[in-house]
Order: sequence, then structure tokens, then C-alpha cells
Amino acid sequence: MSDQFYVRTEMLEEQPAPLGQTGILKWSRENLFSSIPNSIMTIVSVVVVAFLLWEFIPWAWQDSWNASSRRECLDSTEITGACWGVITERFNQLMFGFYPHELQWRVLLCFVLLIAAIAPVLFDKLPREMLWFSAIYPFFGYWLLWGGSLWGPIVVIAGFVLGYLVMRLLSQTLGGLAAMILAVLTPLIWWLFFAGAAADILHGIMPVGIEAVKSSKFGGLSLSLIIGIAGIAISFPLGIVLALGRQSDMFIVKTLSVGYIEFIRGVPLITLLFVASVLLNYFMPKGTNFDIILRVVIMVTLFSAAYMAEVIRGGLAALPTGQYEAADALGLDYWQSMQLIIMPQALKISIPGIVGTFIGLFKDTTLVSIIGLLDPIGLTTAIRGDSAWNGIVWELYIFIALMFWVFTFSMSRYSMYLENKLKTTH
Amino acid sequence: MKKSVLLGTIAAVGVLAGAASAGTLDDVKANGVLKCGVSTGLVGFAAPDANGVWGGFDVTFCRAVAAAVLGDSDAVEFVPTTGKTRFTALASGEIDLLARNTTWTFSRDVDLKFTFVGVNYYDGQGFMVRKDLGVTSATELDGATVCIQTGTTTELNLADYFRANGMSYEPVPIETNAEAQQQYLSGACDVYTTDASGLAATRATFEDADAHTLLPEIISKEPLGPLVRHGDDQWGDIARWTLNALITAEELGVTQANLAEMAAGTSNPEINRLMGTEGSLGEMIGLDAEWAQRVIGVAGNYGEVFEANIGESTAIGLSRGLNAQWTQGGLIYSPPFR
Repeated sequence: MSDQFYVRTEMLEEQPAPLGQTGILKWSRENLFSSIPNSIMTIVSVVVVAFLLWEFIPWAWQDSWNASSRRECLDSTEITGACWGVITERFNQLMFGFYPHELQWRVLLCFVLLIAAIAPVLFDKLPREMLWFSAIYPFFGYWLLWGGSLWGPIVVIAGFVLGYLVMRLLSQTLGGLAAMILAVLTPLIWWLFFAGAAADILHGIMPVGIEAVKSSKFGGLSLSLIIGIAGIAISFPLGIVLALGRQSDMFIVKTLSVGYIEFIRGVPLITLLFVASVLLNYFMPKGTNFDIILRVVIMVTLFSAAYMAEVIRGGLAALPTGQYEAADALGLDYWQSMQLIIMPQALKISIPGIVGTFIGLFKDTTLVSIIGLLDPIGLTTAIRGDSAWNGIVWELYIFIALMFWVFTFSMSRYSMYLENKLKTTH
Repeated sequence: MKKSVLLGTIAAVGVLAGAASAGTLDDVKANGVLKCGVSTGLVGFAAPDANGVWGGFDVTFCRAVAAAVLGDSDAVEFVPTTGKTRFTALASGEIDLLARNTTWTFSRDVDLKFTFVGVNYYDGQGFMVRKDLGVTSATELDGATVCIQTGTTTELNLADYFRANGMSYEPVPIETNAEAQQQYLSGACDVYTTDASGLAATRATFEDADAHTLLPEIISKEPLGPLVRHGDDQWGDIARWTLNALITAEELGVTQANLAEMAAGTSNPEINRLMGTEGSLGEMIGLDAEWAQRVIGVAGNYGEVFEANIGESTAIGLSRGLNAQWTQGGLIYSPPFR
């Protein structure tokens, strides 16, 4: 036996991977230059992006934030591009419209509380008790924004409580359907005939209120957010109901749902907005002041509810029949099976579509500028109407685009987070 | 039960309608605020400043009416209206008065059932071209590309004018004035045509305004004025004579500066009647004697309002032209205060 070995006893030292197989080189070879067409595309894209930035950055990178008029920017030798002074001067207006300066904290508080109100809806780790705050938030938020007597929102809430009590007390004696009809009718009668008087009387006894702000004072980004958020919050449940209605076996319910959805989807949003701003005024007696923002919110909500219904119906259709049959086999009634089995799965499937509809709705709010509401786009015309800023275009539009991007991008990120969290495949 | 609810609703609506059909003057007084429809933003005529306070040539008229009726030129709720919503807003009662550089035409007056209370600005459609084009008259524009706002009377006027002169043109349709500026400056069209006041305001925003010129031809009549609904003559009279008070004040030399002096009584009986120190004109119109003093107190007489908002000292720099007093060779003329 000798000491000769033909098999290695020690491991070879680890070598770093060849230069072409690691890091940025490997990545770009695999992703950017994997084939000739891909390489050409990469080079063309890089050239285009570089050209755009080459043009854009020197234009945008200007120390013009303190300019007081466009003329000042044009005459200045140092400023050769964007005139950002308009944003400095009109920032407040682009955010709050004509909302009184000393009351703008109310708008801010309203949006801060909004985060607190939607947090428990968006993230299930938070304590469920917070949902109570979410439930009263719409009334409280309305009161903060428009002001007036605190008793107004309270008597409106009282209507809901009334309906709940009727449902609770009568469902034993009268049966489900009759109790439900009464539970809808009682609050309606309360709101139509007694709520106004009750609010006045209560306000007379104990005046609690803050300064009222008229709808004509609303504008800018806060107006877009109010219309967008109210539209999103109401159109989602409405869309679920319509989607279920369309799948229903009951003839009337089904026909009504289909008719509604098809009618609304056959009409452009701008037409509905014109109906809200122009036509409704003709139908109502002269001098009736039906708040224009309320009218617009109703129309936007009705519009997006129809689209929402179809998105959710897509989710429902994607569920295998076995799920419905399993729910029946467990002895669940219709509402239970929807709530526990069908809807959670259907909604999960439709998340990208739902969020897409939300984002579309939020961006569609800029259409209100056509009926004379001063949302950010409407304000650009008003700002150009000031002779100091006449002729300014790009600075305003870029700024508005950025504001909208912040909101739509966070919505899209949240939807991706939700999809990941609910993913059940392995 | 349900039937009575329905009847109750109808009755309530009827009462509301009845209450609202009382005179506009009473409504405005009851609300304590004048709802005035203005443009969503037009240089010199109506625009909010950084603090949200509206100003401009049309806006001042709203303020003057509010001063006459309510005694407070700030008691105005400005309702921004677009070209599409303005007439419905007025017809439906959403606004009490529309002062939005609206052209007085037959069909608007007769068919849409409005009352134009006068003309506060005589405008007309003109052309703007680059100077280096070497064009000095609109009759040399054969074959030009023209930027034109769609769906407006300017489009029709342009077609008429070119046809009447046996010329051809290529239209570049645009939607808003801001878009037109961009298109014109980028060279997408040789000519931009719209109201001459708008052209002057647009030209004033150009980096090198001197490289552009307005052609001398004015091809249409655009008398702009405030309007109210048909059927309430008292309210129409108030708006009409507010405008006339501004015009008469200029003719008689009553300015914001000498207003107090004039109000103390002068040797000119017409000034005294205007100021309310003589006669009972205020009573006849349903207001108090000093109403016209307050109208002039807002921002001075017609000439001063013109000068401050759109006149030669402003960035827009319009000369009086047709809008000079009749005594100065213009068309601005008020019936006598008598």
C-alpha cells in the first residue's frame, strides 16, 4: 500500500462564479439582452427614456418657487423652464378650494380620522371594536366638513337605530319579510317628515354646532377625495347587492338588477353628471337647493355600482358549483352561505377588478370640472384666469398628476398586499 | 297611510314652489346673498385670486348689483358656470343673475327666454398671426390653417367669412383657450381666431408678444352683457339700471374719488337724481335712495372698472375702442336718469 490517493480527500476551494454569471451582468444579460430583438428594444427604450429625462430635468429643475407671476419667470434670466411659483401661491387652493382658511383644520382632521376609520376595514389585525368608529364616521365626517348643528347627523343616525329596533322587535311577531319592509319604511318616514323638526327642536334646547360651510366653498383635491371616497364606500356594497340580484332566481329582482346594470353601463358618466347638474334642476321646484356635491356623489356612486356589480359577478361565476352545493349541504340558508362561503371567495378573486374600478372612479371625479365644480382640473382654468398666471399649463398639470398618482398608486399597492395575504395556493 | 304621505309630499313641494316664485328681489333679500353666475376663469373678466376672492370685469358687475340690493358688495355667492351649464343654471333658478361674457343673440333672448339687461362689453371676432408671416389683412389668409374652438359661434362666423371672401382654410379644432395657445405657439396653425378681447389676453401671455399681431378685421358682432330670466321685470330693471348707473356715472364724471363730494349735492340735477339727493328714483325701483352711490362705491364708474380689469394699464391692455362713451366716439350709452 502506498500513500497514493486517486480520490480527493479535501474539498476544492469555492471559487467565485464567473463574472458573466453574477450580479448586474448576469441580470442584464438574462433580462435585457437575451436575444437580438430584446437587445434592440432595450437600446431604443434607454435612448427614449434618456432623451425624455434630458429634456425634462433641466426644464423642471428651476429655482422658480418664489416667482409671483408668469411674466416674472419669462423676464428672469435665471429661470429658463418651469415656473413653479404658481404651485407655491395656489397650493392651498389646489388642496382645499375656497374652504375658509381658519376652518381648514376641519378638512384635515376629517381625512386623518378617515384613516382611523378605514384602518380596521383594511387590516384585520386591528381590534374589531374600532369598527364602531368606522360606522359613525360617515356622519361625523359629513358634520366636520359641512358644519352646522351636531343634531343633524344625530337624528340621521337615529333613523338607522329606529330601523334596527323595528327589525329586532317585530321579526319574531310578524315574520322576516314584513319586519324587513317595515324596518326600511320606518327610517324613511322618520327622515322625510320628523328628522328635520326633531333636529330643530333639539338644537333649540341645546345648541351644539360649528360654523356651516357651503358646498360652493369646496374645491381642489379635497373635493376629488370627498366625491371619490364617498363613491367608493357606497358603490361597493351596492355593487355586491346588484351582483347577487343578477344571479338571483327571483324574476323581479333579477330583471331589475339586469336592467339597472345594463342601463347605467350604456350611458357615459359625463351624461349622468349633466343630468345631475342640469336636468335635475328642471324637475325640481324653483328655489329648491339640492346640494350639487350630493347630486354628483349620487350619480358617481350609481355609475360605479353597475361596474362593480359586473366585476363581482365575474368572481361569483369563477366559483365552482360545488361551493354552492357544499353550502346547501351544510344546511346554511341563502344569506349565511353568501356571507360565510361564497362572498369571501368571490371577492378575493375579484380584488384586482374591484381596485381597478375604484381607481377609475377616483380619476373620473375630475370630470366634474365640466359642470363647473372647481376640482383640481377645474381650478387650472380659474388659476389661468388670473392675469398673473395666464398661459401656465404644464406646471399645474404635472403637479395634479403627481397628487393623483400618490393616491392611485397606494390603492394599487394595497390591493397587491391583500392578494398576497389571501393567497391560499402553495 | 301611504297615500296621505304622498299627498303631503306633493303639498309640501307645492308650498316650496309657491314660496320660490315670489320676486327674485325678495328672494335675494331673504337669502341675504346674491347668487351670481360667472365664468370658471377668464382673464380680466372673472377669476379667483390666491385667497379665493373673485375679481374681474364681470365679477364687479355682480358686486355692484349686490351693493345696490343688499348694501354689501361681498354678499355675493359666485357660481362658476361653464359654457354648457350657464343657461340652465339661470333658467332653473340656481343663480339670480348671469354675468359671464355672454353674447346677446336673438335666439338666446327670445327662444331661451332670457332678458339681456344691456351690453357691458362690445366684442368681435378677430385674428392673430405671427408677424414674420407678413400678413397684414385677413383677406390674405387664403389656404391658412386656423385654430378654432369647436361648438362656438366663432366656428360659424369663420366659415361665413371665408366663404363670403372666396377663400379656403384648414381648421384645427381645439377645445379650450389654453389648448389653443399651445397649438398656436407650437406652429400647428398659422392663425388663431376668437373674440378680440380673448386674443389680446392670450397674446399678453406670450414670451415674445411683439412677434405676434392682431389683424385689423373684426368679422362678427359679439355684444357681451349680463342677463336675467324672463318674467321678473322688477329684477331685470334693477340689473339694467345698475349697469346704466355705472355708465352714466362715467358720463357725468362721478368717480370713486369724488363720490362723497357729489353725493353731498351738486348743481347738476341729473347727478343729484343719480345720487338720490333729488327725486325718488330709488323708491321707484324698489330700493332706497342711495342705491346708485353704493353701486359706484364698489369700484368706481364704468370707465374705472374697465381700466382696472382689462384696460390699457393691465396685462391684457385693451383699448376702449367701441367701448368708449358715446361722447368719445364709442357705443357705450345709457338712457337718462329721469
